[in-house]
Amino acid sequence: MTASGVTPYAQLRQDLAQRDKSLREKVVTLEEAASFVPDGASVGLGGSTMSRTPMAMIWQLMRARKKGLTCSRSIISTDGDLLFGSGICDHIITSWFAQGILWGLSKVMRHHVENGSANYEEWSHMAVGMRFRAGGMGVPFLPIRSMLGSDVLRIRPEAKEIDCPFTGEKLLLVPALNPDVALIHVQRCDAYGNAQMDGLQFMDIDLAMAAKRVILTTERIVSNDQIRRAPDQTKIPFFCVDAVVEVPYGSAPHECYGLYEPMMKHMSQYVAQVNKAPVEGMREYLEKYVYGPASWNEYLSLIGLEEILEASQRGRSIYND
Amino acid sequence: MTEAHRYTATEILAILSARQLKDGQVVFAGVGIPLLAATLAQRLRCPGLTILFEGGVVGAFVEPGKLPPSTNDQRCTKRANMVLGSTDVLLLLQRGYVDIGFMGGAQIDQFGNLNSSFIGDPAHPKTRLPGTGGGNDISSLTNMIVAMKHEKRRFVEQVDFITSPGFLRGGTSRADSGLPAGGMFRVITELAVFGFDDAERRMKVLALNPGVSREEVQDNTGFDLVFDAQNAITEPPTEHELSTLRMLDPERLFTA
Repeated sequence: MTASGVTPYAQLRQDLAQRDKSLREKVVTLEEAASFVPDGASVGLGGSTMSRTPMAMIWQLMRARKKGLTCSRSIISTDGDLLFGSGICDHIITSWFAQGILWGLSKVMRHHVENGSANYEEWSHMAVGMRFRAGGMGVPFLPIRSMLGSDVLRIRPEAKEIDCPFTGEKLLLVPALNPDVALIHVQRCDAYGNAQMDGLQFMDIDLAMAAKRVILTTERIVSNDQIRRAPDQTKIPFFCVDAVVEVPYGSAPHECYGLYEPMMKHMSQYVAQVNKAPVEGMREYLEKYVYGPASWNEYLSLIGLEEILEASQRGRSIYND
Repeated sequence: MTEAHRYTATEILAILSARQLKDGQVVFAGVGIPLLAATLAQRLRCPGLTILFEGGVVGAFVEPGKLPPSTNDQRCTKRANMVLGSTDVLLLLQRGYVDIGFMGGAQIDQFGNLNSSFIGDPAHPKTRLPGTGGGNDISSLTNMIVAMKHEKRRFVEQVDFITSPGFLRGGTSRADSGLPAGGMFRVITELAVFGFDDAERRMKVLALNPGVSREEVQDNTGFDLVFDAQNAITEPPTEHELSTLRMLDPERLFTA
């Protein structure tokens, strides 16, 4: 890694040359997938805000008591709270960090950032996207025309202002971001990792291309024949993917397009609890919902059948005319 | 019933903001009042208004009573023309396809710069706010409408931190900084509609809301506003505007 945080091209190529890119089955358990994420890793998170959050994988990383992770995401929500609150991550790269617009500021984020125990590295939304895109393109930077003149740039010395060699205009170069591991939740994929996403893709395709490893969690594993019947729906190719975990409701309590909307009762209860007591409230939440349950299914049953059914009914209604 | 009791502060914000939009425009809307106001404009008189959301949505038609809790939720895609990746929908701004950017604001200054990142020193903030999201990109790349509550602590001479650029330090400083396109167009509050003068680029009162005096606007503002000799008065919200707005947000998610 260079001083700018950009991975040297030779290193990127070498890492990829050593990856097993063959068409092979990669289905593992959540516990096994967590072993792909070493302490101190840079972790890219798929989805955005309350949508297609790789929550089950984050949940498993907290249970595995990971340490020193740096996480990047387009926009981060309660998953960012959990990452800071559990102590597994002390640095988040994103453009917006709160539980959701309905609830105002995140007291959990504020607690950890204002007391200096964690760092929220702010970039513009497009800058985060162009950093993943540069990473996915195998170039060290991309030029953009936002952030210029603002204080968002003033506190981001990693970005470089230049005069365009063709036009002389001011442009901003944002450095490539190639996370060590990407965690992406999708509606379906096959055992090889050919992933199909419905609805909003956010930055996930660039993230998958940029990352040095990709762990997919999926609502369901389908056959390779089924993937091949609609290859135009495949958004992430198998050779980017290192592990596949089947986790129904793997984004809960956030949404997964076409399947379930956010579980708002659980979300509101969570926000009330942790914003009232960012440390103690979070500790109790983690005990009850993260460390306590024997399995992801047991966690889901704590959220409750009624709420999950309501969220599913709303989720599926997107396809109603 | 008095004029002031016919509607809430957020309702007049949404209605006056909706009036600023024109049929046929492409508008990039943030969550909350902007999403609601753009949807209201679409229902009232701009059926050909194309709404973009940062989640990747092109041409949204949000359903009444099903307002999305963010611009990254599935509800944003209902009856849309297209879904793109988030980076690609933001790049439409950079390419120049977007006529109007439309956002809320937490703190604004006399040159229309917005702060949604820090209260106090960024190195040791008193309050760490959520940050820019798409705000910096939208305000850097297109003409902006900002809808926000009018309070003295929100209307300050100089913001603590420029998250989303307005006219920076006024004059030509925005273009000089590498932002040749766009800039602040309108600021809408429950007290008045504001624009920016052409030379200095300072905030200027264009019209007072019904029942609001110049003194009331100035007293709630932390810097000296520019006024014309004779100020226009905005037409009050019509019953049709109010009933359509309430039909869109029956649970008062964004118009509490």
